[in-house]
Amino acid sequence: MHTADGSVRPAYEGYCDWQNGQDQSYLRRKHNEAESNFRKTGITFNVYGEDAAEERLIPFDMVPRVIGAGEWRKLSRGIEQRVSALNAFLYDLYHRQEIIRSGRIPERLFRNNAAWLHQMVGFKPPGGVYTHIVGIDLVRTGPDEWFVLEDNARTPSGVSYMLENRETMMAMFPELFSKVEVEAVSDYPRRLAQSLAACAPPATKGRPNVAVLTPGIYNSAYFEHSFLADQMGAYLVEGSDLRVVDGRVQMRTTRGYKPVDVIYRRVDDDYLDPLTFNPDSALGIPGIMDVYRAGGVTIANAPGTGVCDDKAVYSFMPEIVEFYTGEKPLLPNVQTWRCSDPDSLGYVLDNLEELVVKEVHGSGGYGMLIGPTASKKEIAEFRKKLTNNPTNYIAQPTLALSTCPIFTKSGLAPRHVDLRPYVLVSPNGVDITPGGLTRVALKKGSLVVNSSQGGGTKDTWVLKD
Amino acid sequence: MLGRTGNGLFWMFRYLERAENTARLLDAGLRMALTRDFATADAEWRSVIATTGHKAAFEQHGGEYNGPQVWNFILRNKDNPANILGTFEQVRTNARMARNAISGEVWEAINESWMQLKDMLSAPVQQNNLGYVVSSIRRAGMQVHGAMAGSMLRDEGFHFARAGTFVERADSIARILDIKYYLLLPSLSYVGSTMDAGQWDNILRSVSGDRAYRFLNAGQIDARGIVEFLVLDDRFPRSLAFCHSALRQNLAALARIHGKEGECNVLMRDADTRISGMTIDDIFEKGLHQFLLEFSHSNSAIAAAIAEDYRFIA
Repeated sequence: MHTADGSVRPAYEGYCDWQNGQDQSYLRRKHNEAESNFRKTGITFNVYGEDAAEERLIPFDMVPRVIGAGEWRKLSRGIEQRVSALNAFLYDLYHRQEIIRSGRIPERLFRNNAAWLHQMVGFKPPGGVYTHIVGIDLVRTGPDEWFVLEDNARTPSGVSYMLENRETMMAMFPELFSKVEVEAVSDYPRRLAQSLAACAPPATKGRPNVAVLTPGIYNSAYFEHSFLADQMGAYLVEGSDLRVVDGRVQMRTTRGYKPVDVIYRRVDDDYLDPLTFNPDSALGIPGIMDVYRAGGVTIANAPGTGVCDDKAVYSFMPEIVEFYTGEKPLLPNVQTWRCSDPDSLGYVLDNLEELVVKEVHGSGGYGMLIGPTASKKEIAEFRKKLTNNPTNYIAQPTLALSTCPIFTKSGLAPRHVDLRPYVLVSPNGVDITPGGLTRVALKKGSLVVNSSQGGGTKDTWVLKD
Repeated sequence: MLGRTGNGLFWMFRYLERAENTARLLDAGLRMALTRDFATADAEWRSVIATTGHKAAFEQHGGEYNGPQVWNFILRNKDNPANILGTFEQVRTNARMARNAISGEVWEAINESWMQLKDMLSAPVQQNNLGYVVSSIRRAGMQVHGAMAGSMLRDEGFHFARAGTFVERADSIARILDIKYYLLLPSLSYVGSTMDAGQWDNILRSVSGDRAYRFLNAGQIDARGIVEFLVLDDRFPRSLAFCHSALRQNLAALARIHGKEGECNVLMRDADTRISGMTIDDIFEKGLHQFLLEFSHSNSAIAAAIAEDYRFIA
């Protein structure tokens, strides 16, 4: 909110003006109001490994994060470039693999990649789109200095929080929004529906039927699945509602079977089709992959997209962006050491106390080491893991992450944040919703913002020009 | 609409009705126990347990027939397969599954009630709090029905929900009548006599029909009149006749929406022909128990046919 010399950053001027005029006890009351509102509307996530009925709130912080219009324009260009490259990369990987032939990235990158699907080789998804919904995790380290921390091309979640955070802010502080002009995010579900419909398969007749496929009410993100289906006016289906009838994927309605054209699936590849992938899966639809390959249904995101979420692939993103766009990347990666490389491994082992070490296939903040806050024992354990299986890890410096103020009992206090903008891809182009989900570490000094690790969220404002 | 969603709505409202009816029963039991001598109060609680249909589970659980044990068993004990907290959890689970088919108002009414109930029932309920707990449960039901009336699209989902409500309500009224009748009338020769007025009052209270009945009958309580009221008076929203008539309308609406009749409409018509024009004398002649048994069978056959006709499950 403030620059190094203590003055208010221009983007925050409007907010600060308002905030300075508010009574602390009023804000505290609003804080409690927000929480009870989230609970009432059931905006929760389930926690694995706990009682099935255990639903938690993601803590909400009511101080918005503000991004200026100019800064957002620059960011958007970088995101668009990156997302276009990701799609081109996926197409290439499952077709001619020019990037590997050219020697820009090593073959082992997909050979060792658990998300690689040979079933996708030579197949072009409807509209040529692999990753319809992308979440790019960014961190800001200085004015106009943004880095990509992670690409989530498989199934980025959290967009419902972006939308609900805004709703909550508008309900609580309407006066704020008449003072500060903020770009709307509420359009996202409509744009998502449009974007998905634009990727309908050849077999579609008339207006495409869109469905959100959820593993069910015990899935951690069930709230989001039902929310998105609701907001899009789409069907919310489970695997047991679907079956292949007459060469189409059809859903069991009260009037009999009815074809589904586009499936926004929130089920992992492995569980999608027991005939093709995990035969024990009860979540999927037997035969859906055959229908998919025959042009009878669109699966979003495309199976096999997860290849991009691999952190070893991430480390090659600058090369990937350049290869497919012919331009220098507008958004740099965070410096990354691949532990598969002996020199890098040596450096990482020598500097564990300073680094963040992540599993290449990991997500959700699981299986990582945060050097500066780790105990001697944890570091020793990780040293062993790294030595035994170096290709499974990458390491990054703990960046001088930017902070945002959060509302605490004793007033505002700075905490580390990241940002996940949501990007839609269709044959009509790339569509970025202004803003995104800001995740915030609630513990003082903590760098971990994942909700599964106790992080919170806040509303993200992109200012109008 | 997905078959699974139809199923979710149907069961969501069955469970809601079940939780509410059980709460009403408990309320009546509490009142009865308080207006009795201490010596006979246990008998009231015994009859409350019998009416819920979970006597075996209660005795197996080692319950004694006193107030706190009975009401906590009914409200929150996991040994009781139909405990109210668990039943309400089923309401919410079904609502979550069918969330795209209910309005935000309906969802919030359920979710908020569930949070409140979970909180109130996190520890055994004391006597001084029982009334509050019970009225909260009844109010939850009213709130959900009210939210539905005021905010839901009158599409098939609405009619599945209403069908669930009336199937369950009819079932529960028939069960209460059947059990109470035999508890209160040790021998058939008592039919038509003035029996334990307090117990009959209990029945009326448990369906919130005491005021209406007194108004219609100038305050006179007798077994025959009460049975007639609860079975045949289609003005009272908790009589079998009313439930039947509402169910008939919902099933007709479903047939209209889907452009064709199903097995459930056929069964409904059969049930109507069997019952229409029946008087209380006909019912007693047939035998109330026999009548209720047939009614319940036909009621569950209709429920099963709805599930089949509208592809509730694969």
